[in-house]
Amino acid sequence: MSKFSMNGREISFEAGRTILQVATEHSVEIPTLCHLQDADHAQVCRICVVEVAGSDRLLPACATPANEGMEIHTDTLRVREARKTVLEMLVASGQHTCFAWNRPRETWSEAHRRSAQRPWHDRNCPADGECRLQELIVEYGVDTEHLVPQDMDFPLDDDTPLMVRDFSRCILCGRCVAACNVVQVNEAIPQPFGRREDKPLPRGWFPLADYERCVHCGECVQACPVGALFEKKAFGLIGPGEGDRIRTTCPYCGVGCQMWLHVKDGRVLKVTGVEGAVPNEGRLCVKGRFGYDFIHAPDRLTVPLVRENGVLREAGWEEALELVAERFLRLREAHGGDCLGGLSSARVTNEENYLMQKLVRAGFGTNNIDHCARL
Amino acid sequence: MTNSIAEMEEADAFIVIGSNTSETHPVISTFVKRAVARRGADLVVIDPRRIPLVEHAAVWLRQRPGTDLAVINGLMHVILRENLAYEAFIQERCENFEALRAILASYTPEKVEAISCVAAEDLVKAALLYGKAGSAMILYTMGITQHTNGTDNVKALANLAMLTGQVGRRAAGVNPLRGQNNVQGGCDMGALPNVLPGYQVVIDAAVREKFEALWKMPLSPQVGLTLTEMLPGAMEGKIKGLFILGENPAVSDADSAHVKKALESLDFLVVQDIFLTETARLADVVLPAACFAEKDGTFTNTERRVQRVRKAVDPPGKARADWEILTDLAGRMGLGWQYDGPEAIFREIAACTPSYAGITYDRLQKESLQWPCTHAEHPGTPFLHKERFARGRGLFFPVEHEEPYELPEGDYPLILTTGRILYQYHTRTMTGRCSGLNDLASQARVELNPADAQALSIANRELARLTTRRGSIVVQVKVTDRVGPGVVFMPFHFAEAAANVLTVTALDPIAKIPEFKVCAVRVEKTA
Repeated sequence: MSKFSMNGREISFEAGRTILQVATEHSVEIPTLCHLQDADHAQVCRICVVEVAGSDRLLPACATPANEGMEIHTDTLRVREARKTVLEMLVASGQHTCFAWNRPRETWSEAHRRSAQRPWHDRNCPADGECRLQELIVEYGVDTEHLVPQDMDFPLDDDTPLMVRDFSRCILCGRCVAACNVVQVNEAIPQPFGRREDKPLPRGWFPLADYERCVHCGECVQACPVGALFEKKAFGLIGPGEGDRIRTTCPYCGVGCQMWLHVKDGRVLKVTGVEGAVPNEGRLCVKGRFGYDFIHAPDRLTVPLVRENGVLREAGWEEALELVAERFLRLREAHGGDCLGGLSSARVTNEENYLMQKLVRAGFGTNNIDHCARL
Repeated sequence: MTNSIAEMEEADAFIVIGSNTSETHPVISTFVKRAVARRGADLVVIDPRRIPLVEHAAVWLRQRPGTDLAVINGLMHVILRENLAYEAFIQERCENFEALRAILASYTPEKVEAISCVAAEDLVKAALLYGKAGSAMILYTMGITQHTNGTDNVKALANLAMLTGQVGRRAAGVNPLRGQNNVQGGCDMGALPNVLPGYQVVIDAAVREKFEALWKMPLSPQVGLTLTEMLPGAMEGKIKGLFILGENPAVSDADSAHVKKALESLDFLVVQDIFLTETARLADVVLPAACFAEKDGTFTNTERRVQRVRKAVDPPGKARADWEILTDLAGRMGLGWQYDGPEAIFREIAACTPSYAGITYDRLQKESLQWPCTHAEHPGTPFLHKERFARGRGLFFPVEHEEPYELPEGDYPLILTTGRILYQYHTRTMTGRCSGLNDLASQARVELNPADAQALSIANRELARLTTRRGSIVVQVKVTDRVGPGVVFMPFHFAEAAANVLTVTALDPIAKIPEFKVCAVRVEKTA
């Protein structure tokens, strides 16, 4: 174990860790924007700079190894000023209009009005309220009163059915690039620059997706710390902080990904991965993330149906279940339990599978019970 | 799976055989791809199709469909020849090795090449990567099991892992990736004709007595019929009443015209589902069920991990959770069940299923647990067979290559193999109703190699007629080298171009699984 001091407090740590990692483990908060732990992605935004005694320059906590005897300060005036400067540059670089949306329209500048004409800008940014940049701007007291949206011809990619890539709000943090190439290893967001340390992100470059390779997993959207990447289907339907978030298990394949169902007014409107949880570590695939519409499909079965004169008609539970019980019992009596059978489902819960086989074995009196494990 | 998903990032090598992992288990594929990209793990892909994972592979073996076993035996032949077998493990933990050795002697790379079309040198390369790896995982799915010799294929993979000692430790093992959210749980819960919950066999009188005491009903000592036997049973009039819960065999099963006839010949059919599926349309009574987001419970994933399902919204209309419907029906059949909710049912499961005995809803609130988890303090089991195999010693089952049931010949000169695509799921009852997914993959397309397309004068996106001895469908063609010459691939998801009109009902004699991966087909340009 090694030791250093952080904000005057002595901290022990194991070698081979960064200042940021040690700080996080000891609940010392250092802000980050570009850092993506799962992809070892760091060192783009410089929002995490800290003061280290003996160094003239401020050092990025995400990329600086924690060393024995270091004396670190994470929240000095100098550090805060440096972070504020970074934030001012970032927020001025694009169309970050959330602060204007929270003011009366009469106060808007001409640039704000023009910005609202852009596609997908006719309402507040979809990240409003859960935007990392917005949080830091408030925390560091960046002047938003006189903020004017950058008026340039930002690319917009909304040609595909599931995601929108609105680069007027991109802060070039590279998280989507890392999420695609390193977390999911789909390599669908080309990285035209070399090693990050050697070459900073060039101006005018945007992380466009190559839809020949994209598998629409949405990992990039989940990784985006601002409102540059967002889901098309959920746009405008559910805002941050609205509704509830319920943790459950994905209903598709056997991986059992842990997911949040975002629910408002009794409807599932969005799905995201549960970060830091086994087995999926926050990752989802296109079916898990975007395959939820069936829940509220208009043709869901809503009442029992009973066949009469060859056609299915609506019935009450009482009638339907009495009929089922009577018919199965009668067949069992006439021909023995082995004339009956049950197919359970690989889609329903353990509890329901248990009851189904119990019903067939104890109620029908046969072991003719199976499910489609073979398909 | 013998092992866990998280261990995949630690493995030094993989054999992925008969699994299009990045389309059928996309999130698992990320763990494999990360092991390759970040740690330099060696990936061997064995698949007749150029699946997306091939891009990340050190070696790709494109076998003729239905010759997996010859390839696996060939890998073992080379491993033995190169002295890469783990002798100590075989001596201490396994038995019947000499019989395996005897059978492997003839599976030279040259013979395997003659059977499977896999180049001898590629086979050797793959064997060396797996045989020399510190820890190596085998992943497989239906490409291995959906054959008339599917059980033998699985035994061969187990032989391969035991031969190299790649079982009973981290980042190793034989790992079937289960295709449906709770297919593992369905098996664990005894929704199978030969076993009660926890794989306790129905022919064991002591087991039956235990459940008879718990359920207070006499139980049949006879092994029941599988789905693939019940349907012919219905045709013969032996099965008269069937209760189908959340399944759509009219589309998902082999030779679907036959399946529909079987279901129509029943005296009484009940279907409980969330949609009026093709199967539900044939029912006498249809019961509306809640979907996963509308109820509480648990699913067990492919790595035996028991995880909570939580109610987020109410079911539509009068639909009810499956457990509520079953409890109500059981009452009307005189069974008198008393369950106030899924947790009460789970307590009963834990009481009669030794591998679930230590799992409670309270524990699942804080953690997820992999069975076996046999008591309240048991941490769960990330990998199986640690110090000994479940049966004691690991048994080598020598198995020989056999040709598929139906081979291409005469009027049916090509091989049809079926499978899944990324954007659709099973019979599309769910994904077929999701915008976006359907925009990305709205219809079935049959994959045809450019050489075959040229010979048949069929262009990309043209319609073709596919005919087998069972039936015929018309479907759009995708000309692609994802399939090799002589092989066509079709997803089974689409009812309007149902691949299972074409497939054979020939079954594996033990697992009773149909041979969806190989049948003989004729492809013709439509006028």
